[in-house]
Amino acid sequence: MTTFRSPFSRRGFLQGAAALTGATALGGLPFGARAQALTELTVGFIYVGPRDDFGYNQAHAEGAAAVKAMAGVTVVEEENVPETMDVQKSMESMINLDGAALIFPTSFGYFDPHILELAGKYPEVRFEHCGGMWTKDKHPMNVGSYFGYIGMGQYLNGVAAGHASKTKKIGFVAAKPIPQVLLNINSFLLGARSVDPTITCQVIFTGEWSLAVKEAEATNALCDAGCDVITCHVDGPKVVIETAAGRGSFVCGYHANQSALAPELYLTGAEWNWAAVYTKMVETTMAGGVIDNFVRGGLADGFIKMSPLGPAVPEAGRKQFEAVQAEILKGGFAAIKGPLKDNTGAEIAAAGQSFLETDPALESMSYLVEGVIGSTS
Amino acid sequence: MAGDLGLWGIPVAIVGGAIRVSTPFLFVSLGEVLTERSGRINLGLEGTLVFGAMAGYGTAVLTGSAWAGVLVAALAGVVFGLVHGIICSLPKVNDIAVGIAMMLLGSGLAFYFGKPFIQPTAPDLPAIALGGWSDLPQVQAALNVNVLFLIGLALALVMAWMFRSTKVGLTLRVVGDSTDAARAMGLRPAVIRTLATAAGGAFAGVGGAYLSLYYPGSWNEAISSGQGLMAVALVIFARWNPVACFWAALLFGGAGALGPALQSVGVTKGYYLFYAAPYVLTLGVLIATSSTTRALSGAPGELSITK
Repeated sequence: MTTFRSPFSRRGFLQGAAALTGATALGGLPFGARAQALTELTVGFIYVGPRDDFGYNQAHAEGAAAVKAMAGVTVVEEENVPETMDVQKSMESMINLDGAALIFPTSFGYFDPHILELAGKYPEVRFEHCGGMWTKDKHPMNVGSYFGYIGMGQYLNGVAAGHASKTKKIGFVAAKPIPQVLLNINSFLLGARSVDPTITCQVIFTGEWSLAVKEAEATNALCDAGCDVITCHVDGPKVVIETAAGRGSFVCGYHANQSALAPELYLTGAEWNWAAVYTKMVETTMAGGVIDNFVRGGLADGFIKMSPLGPAVPEAGRKQFEAVQAEILKGGFAAIKGPLKDNTGAEIAAAGQSFLETDPALESMSYLVEGVIGSTS
Repeated sequence: MAGDLGLWGIPVAIVGGAIRVSTPFLFVSLGEVLTERSGRINLGLEGTLVFGAMAGYGTAVLTGSAWAGVLVAALAGVVFGLVHGIICSLPKVNDIAVGIAMMLLGSGLAFYFGKPFIQPTAPDLPAIALGGWSDLPQVQAALNVNVLFLIGLALALVMAWMFRSTKVGLTLRVVGDSTDAARAMGLRPAVIRTLATAAGGAFAGVGGAYLSLYYPGSWNEAISSGQGLMAVALVIFARWNPVACFWAALLFGGAGALGPALQSVGVTKGYYLFYAAPYVLTLGVLIATSSTTRALSGAPGELSITK
């Protein structure tokens, strides 16, 4: 794993990075002559689970594989790194031993305090964190935040689910009640309610990102409660998909394409497309440029994609799915729009008010909308 | 399609959860009872469980037979048990330290060899539908009983009988209670303990195969989430009695199903607390059954934690 690198490219990068940081600090002045292209770059990827989990980590690893194929780029990867001091050790070894100048610690919990601590210690290294934690003026400039508007994917999942459900009850196995998860749950239900406003969504929180037995129990509990379409937001959806399909429920995927696990019952799925995002970020860095600190994108930007519709989606569902997808691709589509209440009766949006996918307010979501059976605490 | 059971969903879910989740607890704790009754502690069973899960799943993927997977998991458990047993037979070796080393080794090897098996899908172990009398799909699902669960129940009964009324059981108990007495009888404690540890390892391996081949039914590195360790603690809770192990395993499985079941009927507040139910339960029962006058009743005399 250890590669000894000539100091020249490193120094070149440092100069470039220093110039760029200076330029950004001065409010985006044109890059000086010292910003120069790199001929080689080592990029580190850190995953919280196994790389091939049919889920979150696999989606990132597919992105890393695309980066690996780029000329002049060396990729170092480490998987199963817990959100503890361990990730700091992994990052430091990538920086000091492998000479990584750009690191993607991909798990949500890596940010605070781990990335923040190392960002201060290694100002010349660029840290890119997946999730909405970075705040301007509060966090270091060599840390960036990127994420995709995958809530729209869950909205489309919901549209397919709304057409497939016969019990008018759909289920969601969720890990933790953080804003991204809540947005996914709400979007899933609102998508289904765009088909039939009487549909409800039962949510069960497992409390952890990866707990196979609890995920299976939660899925069984949802099936017992009469939910006949199930999706999830956990790191590895394999257990949920297999358990739900084993009970005869329809399933919608998340993170990656899980249709191979239940070809007949898989409706569609919201997938990440990190390959497009990562190659662009690495290209920017190689060209001597600097990655924006706040990178977001949705279906239209190629950050997310939908799995092909499965055979269980009826013709009417297919049509509506495609129409809504086209609407989202066009831009200006809002899943969260008034009149809308949360499931405790408090008003979220008045009639005529809407939150576009790009609205930063959605990144601090703390409620479940009316029709979701569950609570955030 | 499934109707809404309302609050009746909770007992159904707990019974179903108890049957689904308890089997690994049962096999690991039975294996540990066998080992500890011979006077040795094997904390490494968590590693054996994880390795068994991987070996069983891998074999089932490669051969297409879930039962071949169970067999290989058991054999892998025997190997781990033998290694533990033989190392602990050396003079001045602490079985707890070796157990921890074996736990880490087992998990590490399982992660290493298990890489190619995270993606593929293996055939499942068969289940027997005992819920056919009910027309409720929830009850039918809850009473889908896996064959290994029934085998585990039979094993618990056979082991209880073995300890009580057979020569093998007597031999194990003598070795476990007094090395000196065993030697005086002409027994070889080290050999017997090693064999007991190997058999215990086989049980734990089968427990692992249940995890990966039936419920939750796939191999990944977080599959066990500490169930092997809990099962070892469960042995103390069950006072080294195989039949009590069966009930304790059911209790743990049912308590684990409580959290999701409550959320599914709309009790959605405080789920972290419900998820702690199995541990609270353990503490409660241990306190309720503790005694100020006796040491741990039923504990084998040669066990390094009770000596």
